Amino acid sequence: MRVGVVTFPGTLDDRDAARAVVAAGGQAISLWHNDADLKSVDAVVLPGGFSYGDYLRCGAISRFAPVMKSIIDRAEGGMPLLGICNGFQVLCEAHLLPGALTRNHELHFLCRDQVIKIENNNSSWTSNYEIGQEILIPLKNGEGSFQCDDATLAQLEGENQIIARYVGENPNGSRNLIAGITNARGNIVGLMPHPEHAIDPLTGPSSDGLTFFTSVLKATVNS
Amino acid sequence: MAKIVVEVMLKPEILDPQGKAVASALPRLGFTFATSVRQGKRFEIEVAGDPTPAQLAEVEKAAGTLLANPVIENYTVKVEK
Repeated sequence: MRVGVVTFPGTLDDRDAARAVVAAGGQAISLWHNDADLKSVDAVVLPGGFSYGDYLRCGAISRFAPVMKSIIDRAEGGMPLLGICNGFQVLCEAHLLPGALTRNHELHFLCRDQVIKIENNNSSWTSNYEIGQEILIPLKNGEGSFQCDDATLAQLEGENQIIARYVGENPNGSRNLIAGITNARGNIVGLMPHPEHAIDPLTGPSSDGLTFFTSVLKATVNS
Repeated sequence: MAKIVVEVMLKPEILDPQGKAVASALPRLGFTFATSVRQGKRFEIEVAGDPTPAQLAEVEKAAGTLLANPVIENYTVKVEK
């Protein structure tokens, strides 16, 4: 099982994402932003960081990188695609997911361990979780406030496209406590907190995040 | 030389925490005039000679594609002498 991990200039979390893929039993394949070749991967992770320095808007420039055209084509055909943090911002800018991520409502960059609740386990990346399961993974962002218009929010709620919500106080002003969403098909997931940093109690607050990666391995084996 | 100016503002319904922070800093400095502040972006684009309608149409397209995110932002395109 080959899972591509994209590196843009300014990406930070590509190594942890690759490590998470390997820990889940997959093969991590490095993909470079300026190379449209996806190297026969079965799924792709867009990791966190500050691609292109977050210039203009987070993810706004990365969206047009050569690798993204190939990824968008494949994802629209059903390939599992996970965007974490900056990767989530890229997915919204690319219009693969609705809405946008804006400045945290208190303006501060947040870095802390966060409990989130899994709301949907039908997506390629959450199928090994239980609905209602609470997991503890790091949250670290400056622009993590999920915003969309009322019609989009109603659709996300009505179609069960919210995959996870923050538990407790709203950390960043996201509408309806949204921490992550999926597209209607369930293959594309955007998540603001970082499961790849929580795969081993030695280095993270838990190993709860590993299940995102074991879920996609199951999804690609079965497809 | 004429400039093409693109101004980008968050849509009115989108929370602007930066504008709010500016609004709350003003009275601390004794400036009490503001009931609200919204912060945006301004792009100044130069082209050779005066902008043509075709160039303006291209800028309009670029503004909706890259300079602004129409999901959360509005933009205007105008020419300044």
